[in-house]
Amino acid sequence: MADTREVTVTVNGESRTATVETRTSLGDFLRHTLRLTGTHMGCEHGVCGACTVLVDGDAVRSCLMLAVQANGREITTVEGLAAAVGTLSPLQAAFWKHHGLQCGFCTPGMLTSLTAFLRDNPNAGEKDIREAISGNICRCTGYQGIVDAALDAAKSMQEG
Amino acid sequence: MVVRYLGAEVQRMEDPRLLTGHGRYVDDMTMEGMLHAAFLRASHAHAKIRAIDTSRAAQLPGVHRVFTHADLGPKYGHRMNQLYPAPVIEVNKTQYPLSKDEVCYVGEAVAVVVADSRAIAEDAVALIDVDYEVLPAVVNIMNALEDGAPLAHADTSSNLMGRMRSQFGDIDDAFAKADHVFQAAFMQHRGGCHSMETRGCIGRDDPWGDGLTLWTSAQSPYLIRRALATWLGEPEERVRVVAPDVGGGFGPKAGFYPEEIVIPLLARFMERPVKWIEDRREHFMSTTTQRDQHWNLEVACTSEGKILGLRGKVTHENGAYIPYGILLPNSSLTPLPGAYAIPAVDVGVDIVFTNTVPNSPVRGAGRPCGIYAVERMIQTVSRNLGIDPAEVRRRNYVRPEQMPYETGATLRGGAKCVYDSGDYEALLEKALELADYAGFKERQAAARAEGRYLGIGVSSCIEDTGMGPYEGTTVRVEASGKVAVRTGAASQGQGHHTMIAMIVAENLGVSPEDILFESADTGKFPHGVGTIGSRVAANVGPSAFDAATKVREKALRLAAEVLEASEADLDIEDGVVRVNGAPDLSITLGELAIKLSPASAMRVPAGFDPLLEATSYDGSSGSPIACGSNVAEVEVDVGTGEVRVLRYSVAHDCGVMINPMIVHGQIVGGVVHGIGNALFERMIYDDQGQPLTTNYGEYLLPLASEMPRVDVTHMETPSPLNSLGVKGAGEGGTIPAAAAVVAAIENALTEFGVEIDYYPVDPQYLTGLIDRGAAQAAE
Amino acid sequence: MKPAPFTYHDPTSADEVVALLGRHEDAKLLAGGQSLMPMLNMRFVVPDHVIDLNGVAGLAGVRDAGDALELGAMTRQRDLMADAAIAAKAPIVPEALDWVGHFQTRNRGTIGGSLCHLDPAAELPCLMAAYDAVLKVQGPDGVREVPFAEWPLAYMMPSLGPDEVLTGIRVPHWPDSHGHGFVEFARRHGDFAIVSVAALLTVEGGKIARAAIAIGGADVRPIRLEAAEAALVGAAPSPDAFRAAGETARGIEAMSDAYVTSAYRQRLAATLVERALIRAAERANGGA
Repeated sequence: MADTREVTVTVNGESRTATVETRTSLGDFLRHTLRLTGTHMGCEHGVCGACTVLVDGDAVRSCLMLAVQANGREITTVEGLAAAVGTLSPLQAAFWKHHGLQCGFCTPGMLTSLTAFLRDNPNAGEKDIREAISGNICRCTGYQGIVDAALDAAKSMQEG
Repeated sequence: MVVRYLGAEVQRMEDPRLLTGHGRYVDDMTMEGMLHAAFLRASHAHAKIRAIDTSRAAQLPGVHRVFTHADLGPKYGHRMNQLYPAPVIEVNKTQYPLSKDEVCYVGEAVAVVVADSRAIAEDAVALIDVDYEVLPAVVNIMNALEDGAPLAHADTSSNLMGRMRSQFGDIDDAFAKADHVFQAAFMQHRGGCHSMETRGCIGRDDPWGDGLTLWTSAQSPYLIRRALATWLGEPEERVRVVAPDVGGGFGPKAGFYPEEIVIPLLARFMERPVKWIEDRREHFMSTTTQRDQHWNLEVACTSEGKILGLRGKVTHENGAYIPYGILLPNSSLTPLPGAYAIPAVDVGVDIVFTNTVPNSPVRGAGRPCGIYAVERMIQTVSRNLGIDPAEVRRRNYVRPEQMPYETGATLRGGAKCVYDSGDYEALLEKALELADYAGFKERQAAARAEGRYLGIGVSSCIEDTGMGPYEGTTVRVEASGKVAVRTGAASQGQGHHTMIAMIVAENLGVSPEDILFESADTGKFPHGVGTIGSRVAANVGPSAFDAATKVREKALRLAAEVLEASEADLDIEDGVVRVNGAPDLSITLGELAIKLSPASAMRVPAGFDPLLEATSYDGSSGSPIACGSNVAEVEVDVGTGEVRVLRYSVAHDCGVMINPMIVHGQIVGGVVHGIGNALFERMIYDDQGQPLTTNYGEYLLPLASEMPRVDVTHMETPSPLNSLGVKGAGEGGTIPAAAAVVAAIENALTEFGVEIDYYPVDPQYLTGLIDRGAAQAAE
Repeated sequence: MKPAPFTYHDPTSADEVVALLGRHEDAKLLAGGQSLMPMLNMRFVVPDHVIDLNGVAGLAGVRDAGDALELGAMTRQRDLMADAAIAAKAPIVPEALDWVGHFQTRNRGTIGGSLCHLDPAAELPCLMAAYDAVLKVQGPDGVREVPFAEWPLAYMMPSLGPDEVLTGIRVPHWPDSHGHGFVEFARRHGDFAIVSVAALLTVEGGKIARAAIAIGGADVRPIRLEAAEAALVGAAPSPDAFRAAGETARGIEAMSDAYVTSAYRQRLAATLVERALIRAAERANGGA
């Protein structure tokens, strides 16, 4: 008999409840149970960073956390980064402007990670940003567009 | 006034969707009644299968069925197709979709479980018992052809898959009249693709409706459609293959895999959609990679460093099966004269089987290997003659006035390789300037005074891009005025939507936002080829341009009749045809489209075909040859052997740039892939053929923290081979990178006499060379 | 890569954890999950029961006990990095943690999880070896204390019984004037170390008064370079002395694997011991 639990989370401001097998990762729960497929599973062993989401504001690997551990927590996924549907957050807009994505698969994890990092480190320079995203693998861009976007976003957020 | 898009840094049309989490990758899709599959994969590199017991797995709650080769039945019991048959293939081994009685690499699909969820399917896989008779495995290409070496396949007599040779000019004469002959031998290792999205597919079979549909994370959906239909013995029209958003390709997704047969078959057997998503461990074991090539070359040259000839032998690792014909060894030989006018070449390749995952192109395919080989020989000449490496290159480049320059080598399709345009020396000078090559000696001396070791390395490359036959485009204006643009070319992040929208928008006088772009769906466009070999810009670019031109001409001809004006007085702006000087006289493209697709009983205007639509397959009349020169500046920590790339400069020429921002992204991403090859990425098998690097802690992909900022400058020498003057840009960053980095490391360690004969250059290997050099210096 | 089925438990007290461990034979404790979860996903471990420590009260936090820092086993790595008492008393801890994974994994990863997982290449065990830290382990018979030197029994095997849980770590103070240096060589930022070195020094009257040198990654457990420590005491902090200390590391027991030979690990250890000592000496007595 599968071990299941009822899990209630607030995702992108909305309360969601579902019953899951306890072995289900938070990432699979978001993607396949709640159908928020913006979060991507790239390695399922915690290295690539594509599945990064914010749990109570902290960037964490959703493949390394069980869905049941998120019970009662507040979660932000890439779908919830912009203030309103049809708009982009300053960081998302900077990714667009600086060609910070190609295939788009690592992008959700880059955005969630950098959203948290720039919030906590608004004066970050290039070296800090490169270290911050060293836990997020991108095979397409060579990282430069991502770094440029983060630097630009940090600047615009400070000015804004 | 015509709005210019071509050449502008237009922000990508793809991005808002992807940035907000609304992409649609294959694992994002779900279907009514969908089941999930997981594969049992061979745990031995080489073994006979005595028996498979699936009974325990089949009994697990939530499991629908378990399939082995035998369970697929005699109708589906044959080996996979050879996609690229070639006469040089002496032993034609393709695999069975599920192993029949012998497994030849770890990761080969042996059985598959269909269950309610992926997790249950994996539970059941663990319950399948396979009785193997383990056979000796061949892993190392250097002894695979020796007498008594284990055989990769039990029913063959040799591990030689085939031999090829690139031969032109009078090689004996070149070596006879040379002042010097130098030799170098080196191993090249390239890893896997590691697209951040793994492979994966969904099959659905609706025999009374749409037929068989396969959604798959792939670069060449049309190739898969043909291969799958051929394998099934069914018409292509009843097989639809769709590549939705694809999270990176880099070569290995351009082929046709066992899972792309098995999953649609399971959908057929189960009469329900079936999904399989490769996990990262499967990606390491079962997605094709590139791996080892050993080169042993001799170069004949004059005392001034003018190269007369190049000869030698290559041993190429093929892996266990042949999914891609001989594309990879072929592409290793094609670029052999590199950017240089080398009159004579004679290099042969032995292609050998090993009990490792089958081999396929990875970004650049064999080109990075061929270019690395040529560039290593330039370094060899430079070192032995004491001539600056940049100067040796200057003395050997193909010169602009020699264009078109026929090298003597042949392209994949068998055509002669002809360099169409470019100024290689000017490109080198731009790269050297960007890198402040002139100021390097001073930087190096200052660092040495602090006990730090800096080095600089140069490499130049050519790249045959834009291979045929075509990649067509249809442009159709619909009644709403929106423009539907369809092509076969699949995208894995290259920005095709943006690029094609820019071309169509500029030519047709509409806004790129009004273009509805669809691609990579065999149900929506009759035929396409695939996104490989930096071929899309030089094929879709011209076809999109031509189709848009035809639509424009048709619209203007019809508008001239409707508005009673001369075509010469008409212009299209933002989707509206206006008469110059008569601002009130106008008609929208949508209105013209309605006239050409009228309601019942109405007539299409006389002299016009229906629909405001055109299709073109215009492409390039040959392979446009892109070129580049790269300069790497590195620091080596002799205490640890660590290499840091401090600065990386690229001068690149891919002809006319459609969107320089996208080109820049391709170059930078490609360089970082190449640096990964040079320093980090190593797919290790033990001597039993067990893959050891099967996670991202052990297989080292380049990270932001170690990668340098890449400075890029361009020249735009138009290609004469297509209407836009474009050349491909997707692989030009990767191809020369390893050669530049390795040359820079050697330069940094000149006082230790370090000569590198292997990449990726890991720190342990490098400290070994440093210590040996230091010991020799001390003697 | 989905975990095999297990039964999940979320106790709220250490007593309850011990009771659950006593009741269930094949159970795994889940701390931050940054090592266990990958192993579950890959089915390298297939436990019947997973006991989650994240809801257990009183296991997280940092307290200055006067002569030592008391660290709760479930204190997250990022909280260790940000803690003012640690920054003041044991600044090598945040320096070493900068090498541990990435900020996203440090948001979950705990010190106790790292010490129990006991990866030979992990930074925190190396650090605890340098400090001669004392580990508090709770079992059915109460709490016992284990000096770090006795903690690793074998490769990735701590001195932890099947019904025991690590609850805290005691990190003895060094004098405020001590210098520290943590250096590491890994291929990429955030990777496990090939070799890491933690060095602590006090310098009094121009002479080294006390030294601790721990090497991680080289062998199955952290190594203390005791002979070199002894040789340094009483010596002036000089490049020659530090080079000589480094040279002794060439003789350490080191392991070989598919990627790295023991000889290379020994060579690295020599380089890194010297570098760590130089850095520690620069910082002693309030130096830079």
